Amino acid sequence: MYDPTVARLTYRALLGRRRALILGALPLLLIAISVVVRGLAGADDQTAADLLGGLALATMVPIIGVIAGTGAIGPEIDDGSVVYLLSKPVKRPTIIFTKLIVAIAVTMVFSAVPTLIAGFILNGNSQQIAVAYTVAALVASIAYAALFLLLGTVSRHAVVFGLVYALVWEALFGSLVSGARTLSVQQWSLAVAHRVGNGELVTSDVGLPTATVLLVVVTVLATWYAGQKLRSLTLAGEE
Amino acid sequence: MAVEQPVSTAPGDQTRIHNIGYRTYDGPRLGRAYARRSLYSQSLRGAYGLGRSVKSKVLPMLLFVVMCVPAAIMVAVAVATKANDLPVGYTRYAIIMQAVISLYIASQAPQAVSRDLRFKTVPLYFSRPIETADYVRAKYAALASAMFILTAAPLLVLYVGALLAKLDFADQTKGFAQGLVSVALLSLLFAGIGLVIASVTPRRGFGIAAVIAVLTISYGAVSTLQAIADAQGTSDSIAWIGLFSPITLIDGVQSAFLGADSAFPGGVGPTNAEGVVYVIVTLGLIAASYGLLMRRYKKVGL
Repeated sequence: MYDPTVARLTYRALLGRRRALILGALPLLLIAISVVVRGLAGADDQTAADLLGGLALATMVPIIGVIAGTGAIGPEIDDGSVVYLLSKPVKRPTIIFTKLIVAIAVTMVFSAVPTLIAGFILNGNSQQIAVAYTVAALVASIAYAALFLLLGTVSRHAVVFGLVYALVWEALFGSLVSGARTLSVQQWSLAVAHRVGNGELVTSDVGLPTATVLLVVVTVLATWYAGQKLRSLTLAGEE
Repeated sequence: MAVEQPVSTAPGDQTRIHNIGYRTYDGPRLGRAYARRSLYSQSLRGAYGLGRSVKSKVLPMLLFVVMCVPAAIMVAVAVATKANDLPVGYTRYAIIMQAVISLYIASQAPQAVSRDLRFKTVPLYFSRPIETADYVRAKYAALASAMFILTAAPLLVLYVGALLAKLDFADQTKGFAQGLVSVALLSLLFAGIGLVIASVTPRRGFGIAAVIAVLTISYGAVSTLQAIADAQGTSDSIAWIGLFSPITLIDGVQSAFLGADSAFPGGVGPTNAEGVVYVIVTLGLIAASYGLLMRRYKKVGL
């Protein structure tokens, strides 16, 4: 199911040249802000939870997920070089699975690790806040990567749709319509994090059983359907 | 095989030029200004998907509708309830809808420049009478105009609705004018930032992600820091922190000089002196993005 050559090529496509720069700039910014906040406000659990929840989990993880998830396959389909990959005797679901693993790994490294570091800088993991949000970022990485990888195979405008989901649906509608929160990767991962963290600072609108089931279903379905899409991929010309 | 011909043959001896009827062009030459205008109008139309495929019309049109619908709803509510004032001020509207504006600029800025880079059509443009400055100006003006249409249309809806609801004419006109100045600044600033980022990469998807990352992360960081500064009671620093993201920059300018209520935490906008700094930074950023674009396109080979 895992093809090392495809994985190597995907890593090179994702982290080559300037791409690694923007992927690296976001975590660095988060850590820099944490240092500033710690200097300004001192160690405060509420502040730490706000910063990690509002900036790290709500903004940074989805954006890195979009870049990694769609970047793992989108550009190849876009410029047509995916035919060279598809013409090799490698199963299409294997290609998708490998690219998913790479996308998950990249998202985790660039979002969960800085979240943990930022959490420790902000309040030294008091009340398990840093660990809880790191777990949330890890879980969210898997679901986002699978979801955005699927978008990458479905549409040429995958990045835009991914961002619309992450920023408009989760952030805007999620804050206005409470029903929208049930259908949000962010809330599902928060439900898992709520279980890890003790204290009332990490909360979610979704129960843990629902969240776990939805997370697994979304990840598996998205990966399976992406494999199906790749099996019947037609290369259209530029619009 | 002209080189291999014997040298002894007298030149012009057996050669003959056949006139096969090619004619030179002697119609009007439309020149540089015309080319620049065409590039401008094509880019502006392209920013709304006009003259492109149906698929590429969907997103800009959808965002345009999403921008205008809340304004229409507000007007309907104001007319129905016979309110004395609009629920949202003209200057506040763009701040509220910033997610939509960011998405629009992120999707259309790469559309305007990245594809030229990717398909290597930029040298073709420069083989025409236009020069670097013309290309940059046309693209910048087109995107800024598209942004202005996007942000000014809902204000127009609000204004017309306010007049229909028989709100005070002078008051509403003043607010409308202030709103227009504010969104004009916003359009120039956002278009500049978007184009500078998009002109670095030939990959459209990557350009979109980069633009949106710069806009949302900077806003997220600034508003978080402001909220913390507000909670700490160090309200003086709120205004200075606001200088570091485009949308708070516009917010600061309009609450200092255009009579807007600040969206900063605590509702305290910058003072007049600080407002001057905001204006200088905003204009400086616009000039800087123009300068960077000029530098980017100086090298013709690209």
